[in-house]
Amino acid sequence: MMELKTKVIAANGKQELTIEREFDLPVDLVFKAHTEPELIEQWMGNKVLKFEAKNHGGWIFETKNPDGIVVFRANGVLHDFVLNERFTRTFEMENTGFATQLEFFEFQKLSEKKSKLTMHIIYKSVEQRDQILKMPFAQGINSAHNRLEEIVR
Amino acid sequence: MDLRRDVFQAIADPTRRAILLLVATQSMTAGTIAAHFDTKRPTVSKHLQILIECELLAKEPIGREIYYHLNANKMKEIANFIEPFQKLWEDRFNKLESVMKNYKARG
Repeated sequence: MMELKTKVIAANGKQELTIEREFDLPVDLVFKAHTEPELIEQWMGNKVLKFEAKNHGGWIFETKNPDGIVVFRANGVLHDFVLNERFTRTFEMENTGFATQLEFFEFQKLSEKKSKLTMHIIYKSVEQRDQILKMPFAQGINSAHNRLEEIVR
Repeated sequence: MDLRRDVFQAIADPTRRAILLLVATQSMTAGTIAAHFDTKRPTVSKHLQILIECELLAKEPIGREIYYHLNANKMKEIANFIEPFQKLWEDRFNKLESVMKNYKARG
C-alpha cells in the first residue's frame, strides 16, 4: 500500500492521540482552510453554522440527511488563537454520549510552499478515545465518508 | 430477503451512523432513539433492523422494554482500527489540499 501522508499516533492505554500531516501548501493557506467557514465546508463536507475565528469564539458544524434530519452536530469554543500558528478548540458532538474533547492545532511553516499541521486531541478517558477510533466516521459525518466502503476494503 | 447485509452498506447511511453514535455509550429503546431524530418511528425501526441484521447493533430485553446497544466486537472488526481512521483523515486532508490549491489559483 502507498504510504499515507497523514500520521496517526495513538499509544495503547492513553486518552490522547496525535494526527500529523505535511501539506504542499504555504502555512497561511492551511490555517485559512481551518478558519474560514466556506473553506471548511468544502473539505470537511459539513455545514458551518457558526465559526468565530478569535479567542473565546464559538463554532457549530452540522450535517443533515437527505430528509433534512440533523444527523451530526458538533460545537465548541476557540482558545489561544494565533493567526497562522495555532489555536485550541473544544469539540462536543451533540446527541451522543461522548464527552467534550480538547484539540490543540499547531500550524508550522516548513518552507515558503510547505507546511505541517499537528492535531493533538485529548479525550475524557481511554475508553472514549478507543470508541471514537473504532468509529472513524464519528468525527464530522459527511458524504465523503460514504466512500468508507472503498476506503476500508 | 435472506441476503446478509454488508456492514459497509449499513454505515454508508448518515442516519444509521448517527444511531450508532447515539447508542455507542449507552443502550436505548427504539422509542428513545426515534425521539432523538425527530423522525417517524417506522423509519427508525427500519434502520435498527438493518443494523441488527449486520450485527452492528445488539438488542437486549430489560423488563418489558427492548434496549439496543452497540455490538463492540463487530465494530472492532470493521475498524481494525487505526487504519480506517487514518485513511479518513488522509482523504479529508487531500481534499483540503486540492481545495486550497484551487483557491490559490483563483487568487
